[in-house]
This record gives sequence, structure tokens and C-alpha cells, in this order.
Amino acid sequence: MKTSTKKLTLLGISVAAAMVLSYIETFIPVSVAVPGIKLGLANLVTVFLIYKLDWKSAAAVAAIRVLLTALLFGNAASLAYSAAGAVLSLLVMALIKSTCRFSPVGMSAAGAVAHNAGQIIMAVILMGVGEIAYWFPMLVLSGTVTGLATGAVGAILISKIPLKD
Amino acid sequence: MDKKRIVNDIILVVALLALALAAWGVIRITHKSGDYAVVEIAGEETARYPLNEDIRIDIEAEGGHVNTFVISDGKAYVESADCPDKLCVKQHAVSRVGETIICLPHKLVIRIVGEGGVDTAL
Repeated sequence: MKTSTKKLTLLGISVAAAMVLSYIETFIPVSVAVPGIKLGLANLVTVFLIYKLDWKSAAAVAAIRVLLTALLFGNAASLAYSAAGAVLSLLVMALIKSTCRFSPVGMSAAGAVAHNAGQIIMAVILMGVGEIAYWFPMLVLSGTVTGLATGAVGAILISKIPLKD
Repeated sequence: MDKKRIVNDIILVVALLALALAAWGVIRITHKSGDYAVVEIAGEETARYPLNEDIRIDIEAEGGHVNTFVISDGKAYVESADCPDKLCVKQHAVSRVGETIICLPHKLVIRIVGEGGVDTAL
């Protein structure tokens, strides 16, 4: 598909929407004793783009979102954590989408779990402490729940927002 | 959304939950009651305290940050900290080998080890 003006505009809006969602998320306090548990609202945009366009567009938008969000609200460490999470979650979701056997809800749940796994792997690398993996069960559980929630909303967006060429 | 996809979704979610449960089970079984709380800052061990002696000390981490560390009734926990998120304070008290309290902003790790410092976790 040639990059049309329409597609370019859509990707630009997607980046903006994903960043706003990331920002809004910082206002939602999640009072749990495990770092890394969050709603993952920006995942909505990724789920939407994987279904409506293709995984490459979703990856491009996620990459720009991760970079800009880290520059504006984060630091080098938060960049490393979000990048690891985004890469792994995109890989898993692209793979699941390519099978055509799952709905956006299931794909989103697996993607959220992969995101959390990516963050744990990055934490083990950065801190050199294998015991961070102790949080793995909690983060798989929370990823499943938050992934299902964002996936359900994503599925609604996919069916309600038409994209015509 | 067709039925088959929903069934596949459910299988996927059950698999994810089974994964969480299995990982939790492995951690639960492999963790024994510990003997020492080891304090590590940026990956370096800086102190080690026996769990059978009650103490309350201030640990100075990177950048002059302070975490107040307590051992009481054989359990170790962080009573207060000057980090922004206070996750280390909210984490449960630890007493089993391999359990940790981690304060990411201060690069502080409190880790429970067994006799002789053998760490059998994960």
C-alpha cells in the first residue's frame, strides 16, 4: 500500500492519541505493591492499527509514541522499559493476528502479558537481579486482566470507526 | 466476531492464567524460610542482617536517598522511603529465601538468603 495522505494523517492522529492516552494514564493511580502494573491505554491504538491497517503501521506509531513519551514525561530508564515492553507485545500481537484465529480481545490480552514480560526482562538486565522475576505471576495476571479490558474497548473501536480508502 | 475466535480467546486466557498460576506455584515451592536479609545497592552487597535480630536502620542508597529498613519478628520490610512511588514500602514483608523488596528509583534491593548466603531462588 502506498503511503497516502490519508494514511499519513491517520498515523499522525494515532501517535497523538496514543501519547494523550499515555499521559492520561499517569493520572490514574494504581496502588499495588508491584511496579509495572498499569492499564496500558496506549495499547488501544496498537490493537486498533493492527486490525485496521497492518502491524508495520502499528509498530511505527508505537515506536514514535514510546520515544516521544519518554522524552516528554520520562527518562532513559523509562524509555528502556517501555521499549522492551512495546517490542515484545508488538511481536506477540503481530504473530497472533497473522494466525487469524483470535479476536482483538484475546490478542490484546496476550500482548499485554508480553509487554509485562518484556519489562521484567529489561529490569533483570538493567538491575542484574534475577529475583525481579518473582513478580512474573502477578504481572501475567494483571496483564491478562488489563489486556482483556483494553482489548474489549479496542474491539468496539475497530467495529465503530470506519476506515475507507 | 465469530464463535470459533471467542473459543480460541477463552483458551488463550485460560492458558495465560495457568501460566501465572504455574509460575506462582514454582516460586512458592522453591522458596524456603530465610536466615539473612542482604542489602544491595546498584547490584553490590553493602550489608547483611540476620532475620532473628530486630533492627531499624536507615539505608542510604544512590543520590543520598534514604530507605528505613526494619527487621521485626523474623520478617524484613521497608518502613518508609523518600522515593516518589513508595512501592518498596507497600511491598509485603519478606522472610523466605529468594523474596525481595526492590526500590527501583534507589537501585536498592533487599534480598532474603538462606544459611551461608546460598540463594536458591529462580
